Amino acid sequence: MNNNFSQWHGFIQGKWCDDINVREFIQKNYTPYIGDESFLEGPTDRTKRLFNAYSEKLDEEKAAGGVLSIDTRTVSSLTSYPAAYLKKEDELIVGLQTGAPLERGVNPFGGIRMARSACKAYGYELSQEIEQEFFYRTTHNDGVFRVYTDTMKAMRHAGILTGLPDAYGRGRVIGDYRRVALYGVDYIIERKKEDKIELGRKRMTEENIRLSEELYKQISFLEKLKEMATMYGCDISKPAVNAREAVQWLYFGYLAANKEQNGAAMSLGRVGTFLDIYIERDMRLGLLDEAGAQELIDQLVMKLRMIRHLRTPEYNELFGGDPVWITEAVGGMGEDGRTLVTKNSFRFLHTLYNLGSAPEPNLTILWSESLPEDFKRYCARVSIETDSIQYENDDLMRPVYGDDYAIACCVSAMKIGKQTQFFGARCNLPKTLLMALNGGRDEKYNMQIGPVMPPMQDNVLDYTEVRHRLDYYMSWLAGEYVDTMNVIHFMHDKYAYERLQLALHDTDVERVMAFGVAGLSVIADSLSAIKYAKVRPVFGENGLITDFEIEGDFPKYGNDDDRVDSIATELLDRFITELRKNPTYKGAKHTLSVLTITSNVVYGKKTGSTPDGRKAGEPFAPGANPMHNREANGAIASLNSVAKLCYDSCRDGISNTFSIVPAALGKTDNDRINNLVSILDGYFMQHAHHINVNVLDRQKLIDAMENPELYPNLTIRVSGYAVNFHKLSKEQQKEVISRTFHESV
Amino acid sequence: MTGRIHSIQSMGTVDGPGVRAVVFMSGCPLRCIYCHNPDTWDFHSGEEYTVNDLAAKILRYKPYIKDGGVTFSGGEPCMQADYLYEVATILKENGLHIAIDTSGVVLNDSVKKLLGVVDLVLLDIKMTTEDEYIRYTRQSLKSAISFLDELENMHKDTWIRHVVVPGINDSIDDIKKLGQLLSGYGCIKKIELLPFKKLCLEKYKKLDIPFQLENTPQMSEERLNKLYKAL
Repeated sequence: MNNNFSQWHGFIQGKWCDDINVREFIQKNYTPYIGDESFLEGPTDRTKRLFNAYSEKLDEEKAAGGVLSIDTRTVSSLTSYPAAYLKKEDELIVGLQTGAPLERGVNPFGGIRMARSACKAYGYELSQEIEQEFFYRTTHNDGVFRVYTDTMKAMRHAGILTGLPDAYGRGRVIGDYRRVALYGVDYIIERKKEDKIELGRKRMTEENIRLSEELYKQISFLEKLKEMATMYGCDISKPAVNAREAVQWLYFGYLAANKEQNGAAMSLGRVGTFLDIYIERDMRLGLLDEAGAQELIDQLVMKLRMIRHLRTPEYNELFGGDPVWITEAVGGMGEDGRTLVTKNSFRFLHTLYNLGSAPEPNLTILWSESLPEDFKRYCARVSIETDSIQYENDDLMRPVYGDDYAIACCVSAMKIGKQTQFFGARCNLPKTLLMALNGGRDEKYNMQIGPVMPPMQDNVLDYTEVRHRLDYYMSWLAGEYVDTMNVIHFMHDKYAYERLQLALHDTDVERVMAFGVAGLSVIADSLSAIKYAKVRPVFGENGLITDFEIEGDFPKYGNDDDRVDSIATELLDRFITELRKNPTYKGAKHTLSVLTITSNVVYGKKTGSTPDGRKAGEPFAPGANPMHNREANGAIASLNSVAKLCYDSCRDGISNTFSIVPAALGKTDNDRINNLVSILDGYFMQHAHHINVNVLDRQKLIDAMENPELYPNLTIRVSGYAVNFHKLSKEQQKEVISRTFHESV
Repeated sequence: MTGRIHSIQSMGTVDGPGVRAVVFMSGCPLRCIYCHNPDTWDFHSGEEYTVNDLAAKILRYKPYIKDGGVTFSGGEPCMQADYLYEVATILKENGLHIAIDTSGVVLNDSVKKLLGVVDLVLLDIKMTTEDEYIRYTRQSLKSAISFLDELENMHKDTWIRHVVVPGINDSIDDIKKLGQLLSGYGCIKKIELLPFKKLCLEKYKKLDIPFQLENTPQMSEERLNKLYKAL
């Protein structure tokens, strides 16, 4: 095999030349940057022209009610659309997802029903051809419902399990798109073919047969990837020869994944420092200057911002708009102690100025105490000025995932090209508590879902008895939850396997199954109330507990008070232990997240009154956040409570959203930057995992709710990602406004 | 020993340098007309804390505090000087920068001992003439000036804070008077003019105390910047 491509001239050679090893290529060739942002350049004229064309399309899309158009006749795939452009003469990086800018494609492999109803919701009808074709096909969704048990269906219906990826692509798989640029597609195909031959030498067990077929699919889609690029006049069979090609090749990989899959989260990975190597090489050769380098990144980001998937309005209601979660991890440290920050880390952040702030791509800073100070300060400045970035603890993740991991979706770390994930949505813990009190009956639907027990009849709830019941029902929940996931992912592999994305992984891939919980602060405070105050259940006509009367005060999560914080940490430790008792599909490792995205509003709606004083239907706090307005000691005490949640129990991530008014962060711009850096350092030093930072006035949000036209680009962070404020439903907007804004001055 | 704490703000950024824990002590002998913490006037308000409990609580915030520290405000921290001395000593041993935010109303041996472990004093000079001081705070300017003299003797870093209220002390003349009053003190490192705000209105309503400045407008940034120039 050719292990010395001419396209690699000027690179320091190594093991990466003999086998696919992007990490080693980066380590051997990248240039750490410890300076400040003063080298950055504004947008080029070409970028400005293209951005205008893009903005016009965005306006049209908004005017059309959120969906510009739908191609109802074509099934989305790598080569099913002709080459299309936004403004060809100004596009340095080419490739659109469908036949026209912002037009949405139809992807029925996850489920034809969802595709059909999404078309209908926007005034379109799925074409007869597609209906015909899928009449004879089994989708992922069909497969799942053939196997779901009555209990699984009931849990799904009542909202004990929600957001399950059983009607669309599961997402959260991150292809190593860098491989396309570094090795060219032919080399990747060659390696996959070798793997397949190697596999053929083993016994044909069910597992090996399945893998062999998967490899066949992977190889066929790598061929299609080349074909797709050819439609745009590019030959990506060989490695990229310069920075523009590297960006283009990599983007083709990412684009193809989005044509094939409508996954719930389609992360980009960690491409900045990789691409910086090509930029540096071109600069050394005098082929590129700083303006040109920024132009490439601006144009890539513009393309990323144009990715769209067709969703139903219910989906958008759950997630606040139609996010793609194009998460790009920025920064971090290498295992050898050098920073992985390069000039390109700055360039990606700088797109928020050159192209205005926006939710996508979901820029995620991998924070380490050891990051260069100037980079820390620049991040803080970008946070304060754009509210568009989030932070995750590199010092916590690096020991687990090494220094070449990326973030799937919002907070979920994975070794790039080496690990993949079975996304597991989340279960509703407060509902589980209510079910435990009501003896397995659902408090909203009055249907028996869990194991039967007599409802609790105590005049005052007894903590020991409540814990005993909760443990029992959590154990039951864990079993049902794992089983449900197994069904979903078996069927997804069978009917909607991510052929291209997994082709950009090692064949021998590690798998995690990512479970999640919602309503952590509600259940922690509820148990605290039962333990430290007197909680009397109020019974409804049907004999179920419909409300609670609380007498006395109790410690509340969010105040750095161990009495209740320990309840929260212990619940998570227990739940992951329970989950681990149940075997998973393909032997995936169990992980857990405390993350709700914007769905905390919908979860709250589906949950009756809880013993902490929250009334039926009221929203939960998002992710691992304390409940609104229960924090009495200000921001740091609140951060301390969240920091206690143990990452070892929650390897899929612990999300915290932090909102602060500018004045509470300091008096001058410089103070605000310094103080935010201090807060981030302090938070992460205590092994906290994630934080979203919003620096803005509540008043501004209220104004934006009333006068959306004045704030078309107002971006705010909610658990794990950014959204356009105006894309949130009114209910979600109100919930965001009601959240705690740290404003004590 | 125990002290009475009205409340703790774990993340303050406007009462001294950097990120600071701000401890609001219960009780104040002054009744400033523009006070924004009327809920701390009562010496019996808040919760009782032992020395160790308060120190332990504040030390939990230490990782976030780089160039910051802790500020004891109130209320009037010097009214609980013995207690604060003990707390501040522990915090100082743990490397925290200590500030107190005081009106300088009391200067006894306990306070002098406390000042020994304090790194920075935020001294509020409420009004610049004795008449006005008594009228708007019910105490005497003389104590504040004696306090300042003591800080000068001790070479203690001092930031002067002065709330500017429209119609009461916001004329160029008023600010010039302040400048004169403070001239010659080498201990003063900074003078902060704080704009009068009415965020405290809710607190007054809750406490059922009339807020005499309800109809006074808030202080504008612009005007404040002009006054800074006149200093």
